[in-house]
Amino acid sequence: MAKKKKQINLLIDGFPVTVPEGTTIMEAADGLGIHVPRLCYHPDLSLAGSCRVCIVEVKDMGFYMASCSVAVWEGMEVRTNSPEIRKARRDIVELLLDNHAKDCQTCERDGNCELQNMAYSTGVRSRQFEGERKELPIESNSVSVVRNPNKCILCGRCVRVCAEIQGVYNLSQHGRGFNTVVGPAHLKDMDDSVCIQCGQCINVCPTAAFQEKISTSEVWRAIADPEMHVVVQTAPAIRAAIGEGFGMPPGTPATGQMITALRRLGFDAVFDTDLGADLTIIEEAHELLGRIKEGPLPMITSCSPGWISFMEKFYPTLIPHASSCKSPMSMLSALAKTFYAERKGVDPSKIFMVAVMPCVAKKYEAQRPEHREEDGSPITDAVITTRELIWMIKCYGMRFTDLPEGEFDAPLGLATGAGDIFGTTGGVMEATLRAATELVTGKPVDRLEFTEVRAVEGLRETYVAIGEHNLHVGVANGLQNAKTLLDKVVDGKEQFHVIEVMACPGGCVGGGGQPYPPRGANVLDPEILRKRAGALYQIDEGKELRKSYENPAISELYDEFLGTPGSDKAHQLLHTHYHARTPRGIR
Amino acid sequence: MSATTDNWPEVQAAARTVLGDEIADFIVECRGDEHPEGRLIAVLHKVQDKFGHLGGAELDAVAQLLQVPAAKVAGAASFYHYFRLTPRGKYMINVCLGTACYVKGADQVAKKFMEELGITWGETSKDGVFTLEGSRCLGTCGLAPVVMVGEEVHGPITPDEVPVLLDRYLKQAKEEG
Repeated sequence: MAKKKKQINLLIDGFPVTVPEGTTIMEAADGLGIHVPRLCYHPDLSLAGSCRVCIVEVKDMGFYMASCSVAVWEGMEVRTNSPEIRKARRDIVELLLDNHAKDCQTCERDGNCELQNMAYSTGVRSRQFEGERKELPIESNSVSVVRNPNKCILCGRCVRVCAEIQGVYNLSQHGRGFNTVVGPAHLKDMDDSVCIQCGQCINVCPTAAFQEKISTSEVWRAIADPEMHVVVQTAPAIRAAIGEGFGMPPGTPATGQMITALRRLGFDAVFDTDLGADLTIIEEAHELLGRIKEGPLPMITSCSPGWISFMEKFYPTLIPHASSCKSPMSMLSALAKTFYAERKGVDPSKIFMVAVMPCVAKKYEAQRPEHREEDGSPITDAVITTRELIWMIKCYGMRFTDLPEGEFDAPLGLATGAGDIFGTTGGVMEATLRAATELVTGKPVDRLEFTEVRAVEGLRETYVAIGEHNLHVGVANGLQNAKTLLDKVVDGKEQFHVIEVMACPGGCVGGGGQPYPPRGANVLDPEILRKRAGALYQIDEGKELRKSYENPAISELYDEFLGTPGSDKAHQLLHTHYHARTPRGIR
Repeated sequence: MSATTDNWPEVQAAARTVLGDEIADFIVECRGDEHPEGRLIAVLHKVQDKFGHLGGAELDAVAQLLQVPAAKVAGAASFYHYFRLTPRGKYMINVCLGTACYVKGADQVAKKFMEELGITWGETSKDGVFTLEGSRCLGTCGLAPVVMVGEEVHGPITPDEVPVLLDRYLKQAKEEG
């Protein structure tokens, strides 16, 4: 049993506080409801203490201390606010601004930039100095992530999230002093590095030093083109987060408003990626049964393109274990250009397929040769993130919260609750178990919820009984967590049956393309992620149909088009393959 | 020591080709440590001693063989002043920028070197003969302003004498091939 920690008494701004030994000044102040301003700090990352914005006065110390990295002591007297400390803090922010571009109005982060907010809240109202500016090239060769070192304030959050949460360690600070630049080894292009395009660097960046590659222009252009039949699909995690972009509290499901907004933007058909998810489940459950008989086990899910990239660069020996199923996005796109085109009587080359994803790695997935037509033309023509869609809706001028609720279009818009929960950690596993249970036992099963696989803390290992099988399953989100499971598979020490990996913390709800958090909240705050996941579970619970096999649209698809799960046609349209890539990552 | 990458034989062979057996053996020995990354600086010293600088291929080979992320290796190499990421010329020109040399016009001497060679601090001339560096006090203030070329000290030196000096070493470089 853990030893009970000693309690420490101190004064913060005159208020007595008692906290366990080892608590930092910042944490103690947070407990009092005092939010000491901070930039480089993030609760899930190691301490850097580099920005110095969180300084406080500690009696008798004679210098200001960074509250994020000093542990409290008995009798400590802290002042977080005094004329001197406010001035010092403002000076620090001002110095950060002195060599920052003065282009807030035209910057992608305008309005939700932490540095901009910090300048306001610390009271910077004029600029005393003009510091030297960085004029470094913007690296935009990657299809997913754009690196703009001129906007970088060297807080190091991206470096830490990449190394500590994702276990990729693609970023580092290179050089010294003013010339320090954050980037991959040798400042190579992101595409020539071990980057897996997850976009968590974008999420944690307080400014616009990392951004997704914007694809909205192509989408506007296609919509305006009368020749084109523009189809859109939305991933499960979008409906759980899009409302945040319009001031709705995190965790508010906004499926109906989202559909109406898309229709008003001018899309000719609004489809649901969840149907792709239902289809993934059928194909994956079928594959699992095959693997239980013939191997190789475990089967590892393949929906997360960041994870797929990670596997190809860091764990290529696991390629035979990855499910050959395409992601729900790529399955749905393939069907839109075949099944839907046929039914609608539209020339597939005139269909422009847009996918709204919580993910920047999906931009990369769409470009992979395996996910293109034989002539090299894309099947998913454009991928935009939740953030990009929010911007399009704002640009159009819609009052999102006032929109009436719309419904997805047939024939690729009907999905079960199993498809909805794909957007959160454990969701693919839970949906697979729902389907596999019936498939194995051959009779309807009442059990719908498998809460034991919802890996809210990042990593779960458990056993689930299905018929005569006792399946050993693992679920991980955040690739550093995934390494724990993957290393066990590589070492052959434990026999798993199914492993679900989602690259991003919390799964797709915490994807690299999701809305920035409201002012004052932490990006990737577990509470926000839980609320977004909660929205998906709420949608699932509210549905009549909660098992992928019950989806009549899926039955129709198989009856009229695909044949049976795992058929040649299904393989041709719905399955893919992977290959080892260089540079090889170091795990 | 266990291999943590699927292509270990390839990594070993490639690293041996790039770094040579002596350094490769040293890295393999370092990998036996509890914290191999703690030996990174020692490895980089050996690589620079052998090659004169730390090139991209060498750094990548170190990263793979030591199994330390390439970004970390390159980041460390680029942080320390001692490490050089670009090849050095045959002769290092060290212009003393200590106080005595500075007040005696070291900056003008340095400027002349830059003009003559078309390079700035830390760079190497196109012909690969000279690399220009500034240094702190060389301890020969009586000769200020002082310049070191290779292992030889020259001082006092005026900007006008810079072209003559460079010619001498260029000739020497040609003679030595």
